[in-house]
Amino acid sequence: MSSALSLNKTRSRWLTFGLLALGLALLPFLVDAGLGRSWVRLLDLALLYVMLALGLNIVVGYAGLLDLGYVAFYALGAYVYAWLSSPHFGLHLPFWAVLPLGAALAALFGVLLGAPTLRLRGDYLAIVTLGFGEIIRIFLNNLNAPVNITNGPQGINLIDPVRLGSFDLSQSHALFGYIFTGIHLTYYLFLLFTLMVIFISMRLEDSRIGRAWVAIREDEIAAAATGINTRNLKLLAFAMGATFGGLAGGLFASFQGFISPESFNLMESIMILCMIVLGGMGHIPGVIFGAVVLTLLPEALRYTGDWQRNLFGHVYIDPADLRMLLFGVALVAVMLYRPAGLLPSTRRRREFADAQG
Amino acid sequence: MDIFLQQLINGLVLGSVYALVALGYTMVYGILELINFAHGEITMMGAMVALSVIGALALAAPGQPGVLVLAAGLVVAIPVCVALGLLIERVAYRPLRHAPRLAPLITAIGVSIILQNVAMLIWGKQYIPFPAILPQGRHTLYGASITDVQIAILLLATGIMLLLILMVQKTRLGRAMRATAQSRQVASLMGVDVNRVIAATFAIGSALAAVAGVMVSAYYGLAHYYMGFLLGLKAFSAAVLGGIGNLGGAMLGGLLLGLIESFGAGYIGDLTGGFLGSNYQDVFAFFVLIAVLVFRPSGLLGARVVERA
Repeated sequence: MSSALSLNKTRSRWLTFGLLALGLALLPFLVDAGLGRSWVRLLDLALLYVMLALGLNIVVGYAGLLDLGYVAFYALGAYVYAWLSSPHFGLHLPFWAVLPLGAALAALFGVLLGAPTLRLRGDYLAIVTLGFGEIIRIFLNNLNAPVNITNGPQGINLIDPVRLGSFDLSQSHALFGYIFTGIHLTYYLFLLFTLMVIFISMRLEDSRIGRAWVAIREDEIAAAATGINTRNLKLLAFAMGATFGGLAGGLFASFQGFISPESFNLMESIMILCMIVLGGMGHIPGVIFGAVVLTLLPEALRYTGDWQRNLFGHVYIDPADLRMLLFGVALVAVMLYRPAGLLPSTRRRREFADAQG
Repeated sequence: MDIFLQQLINGLVLGSVYALVALGYTMVYGILELINFAHGEITMMGAMVALSVIGALALAAPGQPGVLVLAAGLVVAIPVCVALGLLIERVAYRPLRHAPRLAPLITAIGVSIILQNVAMLIWGKQYIPFPAILPQGRHTLYGASITDVQIAILLLATGIMLLLILMVQKTRLGRAMRATAQSRQVASLMGVDVNRVIAATFAIGSALAAVAGVMVSAYYGLAHYYMGFLLGLKAFSAAVLGGIGNLGGAMLGGLLLGLIESFGAGYIGDLTGGFLGSNYQDVFAFFVLIAVLVFRPSGLLGARVVERA
């Protein structure tokens, strides 16, 4: 009886899983047919942000460390990809060699930055990472003279797309009788990496390490008293988050074909933070939800421009400017009224409820 | 020698402005153990409001003495900033006083983003020039030059800081502030209205920020909706350098940071053989911050910072 029930359960689980996989596989085509090609591109970006948000979620959501310079790791990954795979230095290494290098460099910087600050209270980390993000941007902007390393504010152009042998992912290909354009193929590539990041996040959450992170987040002194090496585990969280940031950076560089310091400003860090705060810190479905919603938001906000024009005959507030304002309001409102996020994990909700009571 | 003296003057002037902003961070931190991220944006708001008033006055009643116009700008900017500071404390920080540490940090960032974008919507994205109303006098001192504006900034900042020290050491409110910083619970048991003291701290810090904002825009001759971010970051570094929570430390840290920046920007080209130029001026504050955190986390004058969850 009970075995039959569990068999039934397994079967329904496989069914959901299969349907989900089918849905994800068909999604770009449905979106393409329904909303147009620009939305497929947006879908690619959404996946990129899901990766970034899940990376930051390890640092902020699991370990409870506020990292405001996350975009610096994203930038490092992107620039490593650009240096090793573009005409800038005349290097054209394959992506499978460059991506890990970028992720590793980002992790190294994460450790270098975390080592001095993680011994101290969390707020120092916030401000140091904030400064770090800005410093990286200043260096990227200015390291074009006397030796041209970053090409300054102009950025690096003509970055190689992801290529597998002679299969160029940015070109259209006819496969199984269907035409797959570059952005469709990129979707599948990003989906693969995103699933990998989700898988790692899920396994981490249930592991000794993940539970140790939660313990540190909830009460650092108690965690240390139970024998958790808080400093090393915080460093690990920091390095882990940086790794995912570096990976996403490399993918971004290959996808965009062009990067400049302007893509990696503080607002980008804030936006990623906003995604996980809005969705639910430390809760994977929440984070994914937050990342997708906030990536699509600017597109939706574009309509407010039309409304303004229809109502007043003039656009008073540029929808792009409205976006950051809304992010700020969202950060404050969520913290005040739903501190655990829109899709919170039960554990997190309890934590905030305890603190309020 | 004259270059050295020039950098010294520039550093001291810039440093005294940093010190004023750093005081706001350090007072709030001393009492609430909260980094008020929005403080830099309050400084920016002070500069913007004052510039608007000055600009409007210069149009409506031209030919008035510059100092008077500037004073009018300050008279409007200070209450606006104080009101903003109080509002932020009431809405974004007070409800979260017992929440996990992460929560008020995140609302603080949210508030600073809101202020930045509101300023951008009101005043636009362009740089706003400081009207040429102030005396343009320039004095030469052993080969280095110092302007009237610089002298005024130095004197005013010093005066304000002396007043603040006097206030904290001698008045009833000052004593209440010191008591609250030591222990909120015990202070409230002794009859101190903690909420009022915290509000007063925000008000004073915001007033200082307004003055500092006007000084910065007078010094550089412009204001910008984004100016608060870097200024706030530097002032916070200054507060940490001096020992966060310590008033004297914030002043010392501010002056030192101004000097480090000024000398750094002046000599970095020679030191690195021209590899790095003065465009790296903004990097110094950050390296100072890291160095302090590594070697002396309590800052120059601060008590030991204890790790608390």
